[in-house]
Amino acid sequence: MSKRSRRTSVNNIAHPAVEALGAQFAGLDFAPAPLNPQTTGQDVQLCVRVPADRLLDVLRFLYEDERCRFEQLCDLTCVDYLNFPKARDRYGVIYSLLSLSKEHRLWVRCFVNDPDPKVPSVVGIWKGAEWLEREVWDMFGVRFDGHPDLRRILTWEGFKAHPLRKDYPLRGRGEREAFERITTESA
Amino acid sequence: MGLEISIPPYQATKEEFLATKLNYLVDLLRRKGVNWSRKNSLWPMPFATACCGIELMATGASRYDIARFGAEVMRFSPRQCDLMIVAGRVAIKMMPVLQRIYLQMAEPKWVISMGACASTGGVFDTYAVVQGIDQFMPVDVYVPGCPPRPETLLEGVMAIQRIVEAEGVQGPSRQRGLGLVVEPTVQVHVETESANERE
Repeated sequence: MSKRSRRTSVNNIAHPAVEALGAQFAGLDFAPAPLNPQTTGQDVQLCVRVPADRLLDVLRFLYEDERCRFEQLCDLTCVDYLNFPKARDRYGVIYSLLSLSKEHRLWVRCFVNDPDPKVPSVVGIWKGAEWLEREVWDMFGVRFDGHPDLRRILTWEGFKAHPLRKDYPLRGRGEREAFERITTESA
Repeated sequence: MGLEISIPPYQATKEEFLATKLNYLVDLLRRKGVNWSRKNSLWPMPFATACCGIELMATGASRYDIARFGAEVMRFSPRQCDLMIVAGRVAIKMMPVLQRIYLQMAEPKWVISMGACASTGGVFDTYAVVQGIDQFMPVDVYVPGCPPRPETLLEGVMAIQRIVEAEGVQGPSRQRGLGLVVEPTVQVHVETESANERE
């Protein structure tokens, strides 16, 4: 499918939330695009991109507005685009939203960069985001401003790195070897 | 051994069958001592973290029936166990827990490393997974498989039984304070003593 026809198919989709977004935030380029370029018609799943400084406004609008009503944050995750072809930004924080009352979904992507990747915390909107944000912080090192308790959640205390970053070696940097030994004599 | 109670040799007649049996038992206890009873009443501590734990459950269930070897009493308190079965991969975050549970088990104690993950890390060659628990704690028997079949685990339990029978509580080097005389545990931490024993 050519790029042009893909554009057209997206523009043909009447996603009420995206229309509401465009009306409310006229100055922002949301660049709505399908998650999967192969999909067309009603099956298309739309993804919009939002700059980090406006992220909280946009997400609060999506949560509160009558046309959007995204009551549920299904997932909050991140992608490290290091060495990714044609990628301009390094980290993409992704919010997967679901509206049970309006029966629609939307994905929101927010790109941040080194040396201090930082996005606002959405714990104030969706309380369930707390552990998800802790996980993203643990694995990718993206800070969440305003998070009530931004500690590591999967790795242990004292772990230095952020292991899901692409420049972190798969076998670690000696963390799994540096450990106390117990022998039958020392026990 | 400590069981040397002086019992005069009993000459049993054919009619005194029960008494003969008793004599046999006393003799067995004298010769084999507690090792014999110990190997037939291993109480496992199931440290099951992954799919090997399912096979461990199958081994405990009726079809394979680990009770045939006297090891059916799975205890979830390390204080009551003498055989630790590490079934599954161990993340580094889990390693202090595993070590503490091992330390909390009363002597004598044995460890089975069940399956590829516990023994070598298996396919999980990543930063977070311990590449073989024997790097950080003692292991007596490695049970191969991914996961091992219950028969293989039973073979491992039988290997532990052979170890218990062969060396078990004898000698202070491997299993300290394991004579029938209860010794204060302070003594076992004397550095020079253990260093000599190693050589």
